[in-house]
Amino acid sequence: MLRRYLVRRLLVAVPSLLIATAIVFTLPRLIPGDAVQLMLAETSYAKDIDELRAKLGLDRPFHVQYVEWIGRAARGDLGESLWTRRPVVQELGQRLPVTAELALYATLIALLIAVPVGVLAAARQDSLSDYVVRSLAILGLSVPGFWLATLLIVLPAIWWGWRPVTGFVEFRADPLGHVVQILLPAVILGVASAAALMRLTRGMLLEVLRQDYVRTAWAKGLAERAVVIKHGLRNAVIPVITLLGTQLPQILGGTVVIETIFGLPGVSRFLFDAINQRDYPVIQGVNLLVVSTVVLVNLAVDALYAVLDPRIRY
Amino acid sequence: MTSATLELNGAAPTPAGARPRPAAVRWALAAARFARRKPLGAIGGVIVVAMLVMAVFAEQIAPYRFDETIRGARMKPPSAAHWLGTDNLSRDMWSRVVYGARVSVTVGFATIALAIVVATAIGVSSAYFGGVWDLAVQRVVDAWLSFPYLVIILSVMAVLGPGRLNLIISVAIIAAATNSRVIRGATLGVMQSQFVEAARAIGCGHARIIVRHLLPNVLATIIILATIGLGAVILAESALSFLGFGVPPPYPSWGAMLSGSGRTYMLRAPWMAVWPGVAISLAVFGFNMLGDALRDVLDPRLRGGR
Repeated sequence: MLRRYLVRRLLVAVPSLLIATAIVFTLPRLIPGDAVQLMLAETSYAKDIDELRAKLGLDRPFHVQYVEWIGRAARGDLGESLWTRRPVVQELGQRLPVTAELALYATLIALLIAVPVGVLAAARQDSLSDYVVRSLAILGLSVPGFWLATLLIVLPAIWWGWRPVTGFVEFRADPLGHVVQILLPAVILGVASAAALMRLTRGMLLEVLRQDYVRTAWAKGLAERAVVIKHGLRNAVIPVITLLGTQLPQILGGTVVIETIFGLPGVSRFLFDAINQRDYPVIQGVNLLVVSTVVLVNLAVDALYAVLDPRIRY
Repeated sequence: MTSATLELNGAAPTPAGARPRPAAVRWALAAARFARRKPLGAIGGVIVVAMLVMAVFAEQIAPYRFDETIRGARMKPPSAAHWLGTDNLSRDMWSRVVYGARVSVTVGFATIALAIVVATAIGVSSAYFGGVWDLAVQRVVDAWLSFPYLVIILSVMAVLGPGRLNLIISVAIIAAATNSRVIRGATLGVMQSQFVEAARAIGCGHARIIVRHLLPNVLATIIILATIGLGAVILAESALSFLGFGVPPPYPSWGAMLSGSGRTYMLRAPWMAVWPGVAISLAVFGFNMLGDALRDVLDPRLRGGR
């Protein structure tokens, strides 16, 4: 049964991933023809326009290009950057750890804030703390991350003369400095997700706490802690895990702005620069990487969901 | 639609025989009742109205034009003459924030209007016709949803080029994908109703069933999605303007005011870094609060994620 569910889930994921790759592939091909000429002038990547078209693979039928591109991508060949002339895969390999680390910390921070606060708000429903927490959550969803980042750079600099380190600190060179450098951006990224997760945790827990078995637990004379955490939270936390999967695109999207502000050499910063430089192989490569990651993580989350909760089936 | 909305708002039905109250009075009463039941939502509503007024009457409200340089007032802190201070080009911040509301409102409303029309077409048709169409359309929606919104919007902008119209189109594509899911779900719910079955039984065509029976019943959902969506769209617009893909300068957009050349002066004039962000946060907060409250009042089924 579980296996059948997983196979069906996989069958749904494959076409989605294929369509997503088609979108990734099509986008740069929608550029008006003269952009290729512009690129030629800007980067002197090729001798003439025909060579450039050939290099970009624009001289063959569309579907042939797509199949070839997918085939090469599957073998780990995403072409080379028009700007640095290095293989895109190699460039991505260097930058991926930074973004992955940032996203991981952001997710952990979001969970660390959201679950305890959500539990508190649900256990004390309609109390002052519940109202404060809920309003703060909506506020957290409303404050733009780039503004928060700007304030956290500008205000400490004015008040205490403190400035964030410019230039990226490698983990190998200075482990503590590296973590400190990544922590602030991760907190800013985590806040918005924390707000969404907190609202869901609260909502789910409230629903669970109205169940009969929870009343039984109260009637048995269990301590509030045992009722809320053991009987309540355990059953409420499953949808929260799913939302965590849907938060990943949010967090990855946020890294575009955050990496740019904090000067972190991650994948999203790479994408941003590539867009400004019209470096299409890089744009394609980053998009492909990001989309595949999101689809795979969501697949993993759904599988986890099914394992954790035997009631869930398609 | 009017009477349905009012009833859902909790208005008591007019007693039989009594003369019905004029529409304006009924709306005012409904608004008052809404404010009493959902004070936070009412605060959101006030913020939203204030923002709309700022956008429409920017010329009358702002003491200066958005690009007017004031002699001898470079980077002055907030004062009676310049409520929010002045920027590095000697322009009045308050006036720029007021004009900035116009960008957020026009881009926000245009984007959400486009997104909602597309989302409704996709969501309702996907739910109504079902089968292969539904399966295919939903896989495409899945694919769009697996892109982080900033990543895909920036990629689309890389193709289309920066500018207000392209910004609207690229943000609307993403918003449409997200909202179409919810509209599809709401339509599926309505399709279970007996009146849809009855309409089919008496031989109504597809168009009549969709327009007369399905659409009015998912309208509440659409209004809520649009309200909450406006907050998200304003946030997206500001992020894109911040990254330099929005409305070109010198026209003030809140996001753009926080980026570019201004950033180097923020250490000496921190108010330049504060007010545009406050404006964005307040606007988004207002739409979120209003949307949340509207959802509770209009459509309790959507409350799931709270």
